[in-house]
Amino acid sequence: MSLDKDYLEYPKRGYGHDHDRYEWSMLADRPAVSWPGDKQLAVWINTSLQFYPLNQQGKPFKVPNGMTMPYPDLRHFTLRDYGNRVGIYRCLKAFERYGIRPTFAINSQLAKDTPYLLDQLQATGGEFICHGWNMDHLHYGGQDRDEEAELVQRSVDTLRSLVDSPVRGWLSPAKNESWNTPDLLTENGIEYCCDWVNDDMPYGFRTDHGPLTMMPLTTEIEDQFVIGQNLHSEDAWVEQVKDAFDFLLNEARNQGGRMLALNIHPWMIGQPHRIASLEAVLEYITGHSEIWQATAGDIVDAFNAQSGKGN
Amino acid sequence: MKESLGVYDYWPYHNRPKIEWPNGARVALWVAPNIEFYELDPPANPHRKAWPQPSPALPGYTIRDYGNRVGHRRQMDLLDKYGIRGSVSLSVALCEHHPEIIDRVCERGWELFSHGIYNTRYTYGLSEEQEMEMIRDSIETIYRHSGQKCAGYLAPALSHSERTLDLFAEAGSDLFGDDAGFYTCDLFHDDQPTPVRVRNGKRFISVPYSLEMNDTIVYAVNKVEPRHYGTMLKRHFDRLYEEGKESGTVMCIPTHNYQVSCPHRMKAFEEALEYITGHSDVWLATGREIAEHYLTHSYDAALEDIKRKNGGVQ
Repeated sequence: MSLDKDYLEYPKRGYGHDHDRYEWSMLADRPAVSWPGDKQLAVWINTSLQFYPLNQQGKPFKVPNGMTMPYPDLRHFTLRDYGNRVGIYRCLKAFERYGIRPTFAINSQLAKDTPYLLDQLQATGGEFICHGWNMDHLHYGGQDRDEEAELVQRSVDTLRSLVDSPVRGWLSPAKNESWNTPDLLTENGIEYCCDWVNDDMPYGFRTDHGPLTMMPLTTEIEDQFVIGQNLHSEDAWVEQVKDAFDFLLNEARNQGGRMLALNIHPWMIGQPHRIASLEAVLEYITGHSEIWQATAGDIVDAFNAQSGKGN
Repeated sequence: MKESLGVYDYWPYHNRPKIEWPNGARVALWVAPNIEFYELDPPANPHRKAWPQPSPALPGYTIRDYGNRVGHRRQMDLLDKYGIRGSVSLSVALCEHHPEIIDRVCERGWELFSHGIYNTRYTYGLSEEQEMEMIRDSIETIYRHSGQKCAGYLAPALSHSERTLDLFAEAGSDLFGDDAGFYTCDLFHDDQPTPVRVRNGKRFISVPYSLEMNDTIVYAVNKVEPRHYGTMLKRHFDRLYEEGKESGTVMCIPTHNYQVSCPHRMKAFEEALEYITGHSDVWLATGREIAEHYLTHSYDAALEDIKRKNGGVQ
């Protein structure tokens, strides 16, 4: 019994990462970033608006939170659809009540198929991020490049044709990519991406068509992750978001600007028994004067305006 | 395949010879930060997939990269505050990839022990020669980058062969005699160090490395709420501190800075460390220090007692 010799060979065992997409550095060593108005903590409230097809293909894997039952899985299809019909309107009310400038990551197919919803989202003055075509059109290693190129272009072009404000950001369904995805994004004029959740600040990212800014949209405190995957209570989610907020704010006071990226899903947090938890979080966050509550694009601009900060 | 592991004997946690830690401490506390490198595009191992998605598997890779870019420094600040030196379970390729982290570890006088080359290269399927080559590489790399003679081993991603402990002991002996390769973290059978039989017959022990207190097991497997993890750590400590009046115990907190150093988890961890270090009779030690103390003061009595409890000596 043995493995091929190359299992103990390490061609990338050298300085930096094992790829060349971005420079290696530790957050604590980077120059301090300051946010507009000398605020300490940038807070990005991201709402993911998603369409989970009933005839899920699951290629190359079943998207988390998608269909799990034999066809037709009415249970998961309608529970996810609930977010776009009901849950989002509770979220929008909460945003209005707490004066939130929202960011919406939306599947382009959903934007195309629900003009009423899109109008309501646009009326908030929030920013739109392209969240791919739908939750069953994944970007993945081994995907045909032309097929993915068409998918990215269709998704970006469709959303751009529907919304009045510039579409500058990208969030892949399931935060999954192929080796080509970042290059295809910049080829389509995308300026920032939210998929790589390896930092608490934006950072510079290389592609074949120029620089991309990575905006890590942390998974660890998402409502669907804490409540849906970890099966923690709503109260525990509130506690965790508050603890994260307090910690990052304190770190920002000592080390320079930090970013809290909070991703929510109306099909999860928009339920009647959960919406008060979102309100509690927003009340806590907006009750602090040291925060800069902004859209993702505004944070990218403030970050990139400080040269040399993109490492 | 063997029915039982066979590297240690049954030894009840009952009427054992007393373990005396330095200064009469009841509990030897050690914190073991896993400082790991996971590859974005690892070679396939026929026995275990590295990632659930085809490469590049961003969800798993990027959060682990977070540990290196963001997390370790947070934990270093925290352990500094409470006077704890870490005992690092190291993917040794990180010495080459991210030497700045190793510099920070060495400045603090922390221990480095081997956790393989990468946490995406498993022991499964390796021949004995290949596993020996990998283990020797890991010990040599630690020495080259820190001057430390690696005392302990935790197999990469907890992937083992039947010979893992033997090979680690032998690699340590070959390279540095009795100064290296004398404790394992791969056994979870006890709350005190215990003798372990290895092929070359050297004095070799298991140092408790609690999977139950391991943040990745707690958070990613058992899905525990952060503040409850804090409570678990305190309760675990309380009981070991109480029992430590009779004979010294060991508490290990194994961590991963892509878990415990996320912003929503730091508070609970800090509160637990503050609570634990607020007790007077705690020895804040490293894995190596615990192992050396035990080998010097308790090992021989333990062997005698094990024989006695198994009917070998009256």
